[in-house]
Amino acid sequence: MMDDIAGLKAKILGQVADAADESALETLRVAAVGKKGEVSLMMRGLGKMTPEEKKVAGPALNSLKNEINSALAARKASLGNAALEERLRSEWLDVSAPSRPAQQGSIHPISQVTEELTAIFADLGYGVAEGPQIENDYYNFDALNIPPEHPARQEFDTFYMHRDADDDRPPHVLRTHTSPVQIRHMEKHGVPCRIIAPGRVYRSDYDATHTPMFHQVEGLAIDKDISMANLKWTLEEFCRAFFEVDTVELKFRASHFPFTEPSAEVDIRCSWKGGQLKIGEGDDWMEILGSGMVHPHVLKSAGIDPTQYQGFAFGMGIDRLAMLKYGIPDLRAFFDSDLRWLRHYGFASLDMPNMRGGISR
Amino acid sequence: MKFTLSWLKTHLETDATLDEITYALTDLGLEVEGVENPADTLGVFRLCRVIEAVQHPNADRLKLCRVETYPDGPGGRTEEIQVVCGAPNARTGLVGVFAPVGAYVPGIDMTLKPGKIRDVESLGMLCSERELMISDEHDGIIDLPSDAPLGARFIDYMDRNDPVIDIAITPNRPDALGVAGIARDLAARGLGKLITPATPKVAGTFESPISVSLDPAVSGKACPLFVGRYIKGVKNGPSPQWVQDRLRAVGLRPISALVDMTNLMTMDRNRPMHVFDADKVQGNIHVRFAQDGETLQVLDDNEYTLGAEMVVIADDAGAQSIGGIMGGLASSCTDDTVNVFLEAAYFDPITIAMAGRKLKINSDARYRNERGIDIAYATEGMELATQLILDWCGGEASNVVIAGAVPDTTRAYKLDTDRVVSLVGMDIPADTQRNTLIALGFTFDGDMVSPPTWRPDVQGEADLIEEIARIASLTKLVGKPMGRALPGVAKPVLTAGQKRRSMLRRAIAALGMNECVTYSFIDQKSAALFGGGTDAVKLNNPISSEMSHMRPNLLPSLLQAAARNQARGFADIALFELGEGFTGTEPNDQSSMACGIRIGHTAPRNALGTRRAVDFLDAKADAEAALAAIGAPVGNLMVMRNAPDWFHPGRSAVLSLGPKNPLAVFGELHPKVLAEMGIKGPSVAFTIFPDNVPFPKAKSKTRPALMSNDLQAVERDFAFVVDATLEVDKLIKAAKGADKKLIASVTVFDIFGGKKAEEQMGTGKKSVAISVRLQPVGATLTENDIETISAKIIAKVTGATGGELRG
Repeated sequence: MMDDIAGLKAKILGQVADAADESALETLRVAAVGKKGEVSLMMRGLGKMTPEEKKVAGPALNSLKNEINSALAARKASLGNAALEERLRSEWLDVSAPSRPAQQGSIHPISQVTEELTAIFADLGYGVAEGPQIENDYYNFDALNIPPEHPARQEFDTFYMHRDADDDRPPHVLRTHTSPVQIRHMEKHGVPCRIIAPGRVYRSDYDATHTPMFHQVEGLAIDKDISMANLKWTLEEFCRAFFEVDTVELKFRASHFPFTEPSAEVDIRCSWKGGQLKIGEGDDWMEILGSGMVHPHVLKSAGIDPTQYQGFAFGMGIDRLAMLKYGIPDLRAFFDSDLRWLRHYGFASLDMPNMRGGISR
Repeated sequence: MKFTLSWLKTHLETDATLDEITYALTDLGLEVEGVENPADTLGVFRLCRVIEAVQHPNADRLKLCRVETYPDGPGGRTEEIQVVCGAPNARTGLVGVFAPVGAYVPGIDMTLKPGKIRDVESLGMLCSERELMISDEHDGIIDLPSDAPLGARFIDYMDRNDPVIDIAITPNRPDALGVAGIARDLAARGLGKLITPATPKVAGTFESPISVSLDPAVSGKACPLFVGRYIKGVKNGPSPQWVQDRLRAVGLRPISALVDMTNLMTMDRNRPMHVFDADKVQGNIHVRFAQDGETLQVLDDNEYTLGAEMVVIADDAGAQSIGGIMGGLASSCTDDTVNVFLEAAYFDPITIAMAGRKLKINSDARYRNERGIDIAYATEGMELATQLILDWCGGEASNVVIAGAVPDTTRAYKLDTDRVVSLVGMDIPADTQRNTLIALGFTFDGDMVSPPTWRPDVQGEADLIEEIARIASLTKLVGKPMGRALPGVAKPVLTAGQKRRSMLRRAIAALGMNECVTYSFIDQKSAALFGGGTDAVKLNNPISSEMSHMRPNLLPSLLQAAARNQARGFADIALFELGEGFTGTEPNDQSSMACGIRIGHTAPRNALGTRRAVDFLDAKADAEAALAAIGAPVGNLMVMRNAPDWFHPGRSAVLSLGPKNPLAVFGELHPKVLAEMGIKGPSVAFTIFPDNVPFPKAKSKTRPALMSNDLQAVERDFAFVVDATLEVDKLIKAAKGADKKLIASVTVFDIFGGKKAEEQMGTGKKSVAISVRLQPVGATLTENDIETISAKIIAKVTGATGGELRG
């Protein structure tokens, strides 16, 4: 009996090892351990044995059955792996083929730079104020200490809006600067305040370096003890953060703006080497913005007592900041929407300026 | 404003170098725009001596000169250099001007190189005046007296080393429109001593035969003061050389002594004047407003029609001069003038500015009078002008004629020296502050300060502070840190609207569109195509007809941008812009929007077949994605067919929150509009109105608890035969309405329409197949439950659409 078991084991395990595919394995399984299989038939024979014989043959047959089952499973897995490998070998693709085209969008440099400077000034506690682009004469000029016949009015190259014949108010203007937002903000929210006001402004000028529309950011900080030295520090901090250069150096130069007094043009130290601008080094000075202490007349216009409050204002060109920082040569191209330009100078949609990761990539 | 260094030094005694002076000017607010320094171009040319000039061995007309040069200047070492020279006057012993190798010779626009002329070496050049561009003289080389200082720079020897400084004057500084005023600023800065000579009084010897009267209409404001003087027996001719040199240096053409005198007074003292030929004046002088329509031919040879708000200087016959702007031609001086009448008047700056602007005359007189000249200087200026005429032209002066009086502009402001320090943030001692103002001509009465008559711009305490700060030098200002407004972590500063616009911009860019910034004004025709272009949004003075109207909408600008790109060869375009549309002329008539266009195909040609023409649903997907990004309830919006008429009437829609609050418009653009805008190919567009999307009301950041269910969801499909024009949205809503609790979603997975469908289902019909997902809550659905709900769905849909279940 025991010899029969050993012979059967050798025979079946050999057949399992030789099985060529899953169906052959199944036939083997039925023939060996199926209901009428050889092993099952032998197990039926146990009933006719003596208890002593049973004690020996029973465990041997059980163990044979288990061994055959394990061998069947192992062979099945190995056949499966071989089949998968064979399939994968046939599944060849040209991995160098181009992928499905996806369109890449972009953010305009003006939007990007506006968000950059918003992030910087937000860190210094400046909110963002907004105002209309069609402005009335009062907010654009009078409230800012530019009365109708002030010679400075001529220097703004103002666009005037149409006025119906039966309307004798002075014509509205396209705001020539973002400064009217100062007045509107203080009227509505009072002081102390710290705001910037970025936006579109308009002047009737069109040549290689001027476009009839451009972008300015106004800054305004009013409190009881704000000084021009604070203004300088603020601008230094801004330029350091914006241009991402630690060595920024600014120089104030006396000037005149009707809405600030004292007024200063601000120059930044730079070098031009091989047509490339470097901020914070070299022997050149480049004018980057105008600024000053808010004129008492302006505070009064906004309903603020100039004997109690003082502060500074500044204005700079956003387009110009973008040109300087990113080396964009031509202002007019900003507004031309040439796809090549938009893609080249544009920013990715997820490129969101912030102070924790740096305002640019 | 241009002036020369030597001119400045007639008012300022100083040892300062040119660089120190120009630095100070810019720092003081008188920004130097340019310096032309003759030393830069002519400093290299020095006096030399021809030791010997002999005949050139190979040329009849050339001479070979041994030249003694002084490269280190007078008294320095000498160097003998051989020069070939063709000038007829080149001779032994001549003292001339030498240009060494390497020198740039402006008259021949050439930098000298060592050369060989007819086989003989020549290492420099003996120059003519024309070669140095100091005159047209070119008959020979410069031939100087034998005792001229050898080695001296020619510009020094000729006294032509006078740099011309050009500065920009801000509108608040009329006093700096005269060299004397510029010198005053520099003296106050400490760069020297103000030495403007005092003006001697010229005694009159007779009464002026011409009298002056101010019309009461002008004497109050427009022209409160007229100072005149008659000078008889003058001899007009060229002015002295130094005057001509000065005027030429600053770009003025010398004309005659009388005219040059007025120009000198203008430039030197900011005192515009006028000289009438007294023999051409009929009767007396009357200062009055012009009669409306009165005409006058003035010195620029043009005839102007005057308005009733303009001041004229008239005689008994009529207007002879536009007051403060330009003199008349008829009564002007000529070479034959013998008797003159001088005018130094004060005109109201606003009156001048308005008249000048209306007449479009730009004269030095207008420029100064409209900025405000020294109101008190008319009389003294008259004395100085008289003296100059007597000196240059001879003659005899009458007594001064004065009509009106110097208006009283006395005013005083308190100087709070502490406030100056607090405002400027610079430690300027009180004494320094006071001395600064005194140096600028301000006078003190206690701590009350009165500005001088030449500073009409000073109108308050702030102006005093500015004067002190700029003289102290803002360059020295040191930045002082400013604390945060509130301690601790910086608070967010953006408003919900601002955040939303930023999000919207980036969401649209993420859809693969390129952001543009285009001009807010466009041409009338394009504006009109998009519901604008009315007079209300018209610019009065557009820069061109392409930029004449504020745009109602950003789409026409984007389409123009697309047309430009198509012209550059781009066929597939996806552009967007965030900005304002303008519906009217008032400041409130602007609204925020985001517009986008897609033109051409969704992708470039590729091997994968993903390229297809853009269509209505692309625009819808864009609009929905953009709205979702800013928190609009996209699933709950009404889809309405009332898009504006620049869209395709059948292929456009409005996504609206309730019937009256449109959040977006999108669809195909109207073919006519596209044709007008010159756009080729399929084009779709959207406009989002971000401000119409309601802001979330809840302040709490807590989210509602997640309601998820582990019971098996069931999907059931239905197909309905409906009218071909049925909007599928109606069907979906009906199906959803069958059981709002149980039905988790309804999706359309097939729409079978068109000819083949009609053949199967009848004319005007289509089939719409939906999949309904049922999510049981509490207990698994039995087959019975599903049957019940299915019946409900079928009933609802057929009821709402008039369709039937497809068999």
